[in-house]
Amino acid sequence: MSRLSTVLNDLKSKKERGLLCYITAGDPDQNRTIEIACALAEAGVDALEIGIPFSDPLADGPSIQAASQRALENGMTVHKTLEVVRAVRAQKPSFPLILMTYYNPILHYGLEKYAADSAEAGADAHIVTDLTPEEAERWKLASIENKLDTIFLVAPTSTPERIKAVSKLCSGFIYCVSRTGVTGARDDVPVELADTVARIRQHSDLPICIGFGISQPVHVRKIGAFADGVVVGSALVNLIHENRNSPDLLTCVKEYCETLKSATRSSQA
Amino acid sequence: MKVTTYDIQRQMPDSNGRFGPFGGRFVPETLIPALDQLAAEYELAKEDPRFQAEMDGYLKNYVGRETPLYHAERLSQQFGGRIYLKREDLCHTGAHKINNALGQILLARRMGKPRIIAETGAGQHGVATATVCARFGLKCDIYMGFEDIERQSLNVARMRLMGAKVIPVTSGTGTLKDATNDAMRDWVTNVRDTHYIIGSVVGPHPYPMLVRDFQSVIGREARAQILDREGRLPDYLVACVGGGSNAMGLFYPFLQDGSVKMIGVEAAGEGIETGRHCAPLSAGSPGVFQGSASYLIQDNDGQVAPSHSISAGLDYPGVGPEHSWFKENGRAKYVAVSDAEALAAVRNVAETEGLIVALETAHAFAYLHTMQEEHLLKDDSIVIINCSGRGDKDMNTIVRELHLV
Repeated sequence: MSRLSTVLNDLKSKKERGLLCYITAGDPDQNRTIEIACALAEAGVDALEIGIPFSDPLADGPSIQAASQRALENGMTVHKTLEVVRAVRAQKPSFPLILMTYYNPILHYGLEKYAADSAEAGADAHIVTDLTPEEAERWKLASIENKLDTIFLVAPTSTPERIKAVSKLCSGFIYCVSRTGVTGARDDVPVELADTVARIRQHSDLPICIGFGISQPVHVRKIGAFADGVVVGSALVNLIHENRNSPDLLTCVKEYCETLKSATRSSQA
Repeated sequence: MKVTTYDIQRQMPDSNGRFGPFGGRFVPETLIPALDQLAAEYELAKEDPRFQAEMDGYLKNYVGRETPLYHAERLSQQFGGRIYLKREDLCHTGAHKINNALGQILLARRMGKPRIIAETGAGQHGVATATVCARFGLKCDIYMGFEDIERQSLNVARMRLMGAKVIPVTSGTGTLKDATNDAMRDWVTNVRDTHYIIGSVVGPHPYPMLVRDFQSVIGREARAQILDREGRLPDYLVACVGGGSNAMGLFYPFLQDGSVKMIGVEAAGEGIETGRHCAPLSAGSPGVFQGSASYLIQDNDGQVAPSHSISAGLDYPGVGPEHSWFKENGRAKYVAVSDAEALAAVRNVAETEGLIVALETAHAFAYLHTMQEEHLLKDDSIVIINCSGRGDKDMNTIVRELHLV
């Protein structure tokens, strides 16, 4: 079983929800991305998504757009992101690492070579935001070849046929987008979300994690009533950016995630 | 791969929106159902005589079609051959863009979507969209890069006058590609009640097909007009290519006419060798950008590189997937001309024919010099240039660059 599935299964048997966090590689810089990633593991985060920055992140809201732009200006590349993965993997052997990006950077790298190199660096899974099941055959084969989980997105607009198609190609977990929209912290949890999750469960036994717009413990508790995990991205990216020059950067990132994590233990319906 | 005669039997794109290895759909999952709905609605509309009659009626009485095919005698004397101009600059709003905006808004009405969004570079597509939104009473938001708002201020005012909201885009390079990203983000968020009118033959399936079909009226008319005037098909079709909608509109109805050579003219900006250009077909490589697989300008890490052109409408690092396919299979040839050459062409066409053409359009005219140098223009050669838009919107730039005041 993959590192990611092992962690998600353990959580299930402990009746606990998963906390997944997202950070952009290279923001504020390569070394601190490594430090932050390790600090997140120590704070109890269950799995980490590391974003490979892309020049045209059309599924992302202002926070991650800006982080991607900063990272690219700092010289972050696909190769350097894999170095980050390698360094984190060396320090945290059992911490699931998911790479999140858009299709063009990995296509340009060479899909098969990228799959092999990322697996070798220690990545466990990928989310490719603009890749849907219809276009994913080659990528899926490359991922299977390298024992990488492939996570696809289900949206509130997805029809039953599409949920089936996504479930078939997903491994690890299904990423359910909380609302129609781009990434970015919001104040509320959409009321339709529980329905969307119920619709997915009709077609898949995989864990379902919810992302887009989640930033507060109250969101985590609400969503924990019906889903298996949450992904927190933009809020953390903002926190990192605001504290980039502070000596307490790692402490405040840890504290934030510890608070979110404790909400995953008190969210059973 | 080289093919000399185009495969008549094969319908392009295929059901996955593929033109050979190009096209497809590379967008967030949230949008897929809306793209399916759009494709299905379009199939129904195509077969619906009422839709066709409605479209034809507005094209005739609102847009002002058919547009003339004008024999540019003085340009012909200057360069050789018989040069004809397809006068899309005479369309209502001053460019070909309205052909597509009209078709798409009729589809949006069929789908019951009350709100329209669009991206715009030069502002011509934004104006065309604002125009049809005013005509049909739909809410209209236009995304436009801050740099383009600056260089095309007249078009910004036109859009506002017609009740559209122009939303400045400051992310990235503040040009057309960033406006497109922001329009996509808006669409992902408001997909249930909003239709996104993409302005060129780019983006995820079915847009490249849809926009091509709505613009094909250009080539259908031109083909009938030239047969009527000259009794034979032209030797060359020449059109500028940014995303490539006016070129595709002209080329597509001639696709099966193997003797007709097609030339798409990209913007070489300050020169291909400087890296400051927007000529993905001439100097880019295949990739995936803004919803489809196509040629694009990218760096060694697969990041989309900033583009440059004096013409805001061509200032785009990608290009339509079907153009990529024509490049690959040899059906069309793609070349590039610089900012300076385009500006010189604006002046030349103004002086010889009394036509002030758009900076985008001027790129097609500028290529006449190369055709002359390469002795492509014999006395009996027939050339059709797509005169895709008029230059009023560019007067600020033209005045500055040509020191007219």
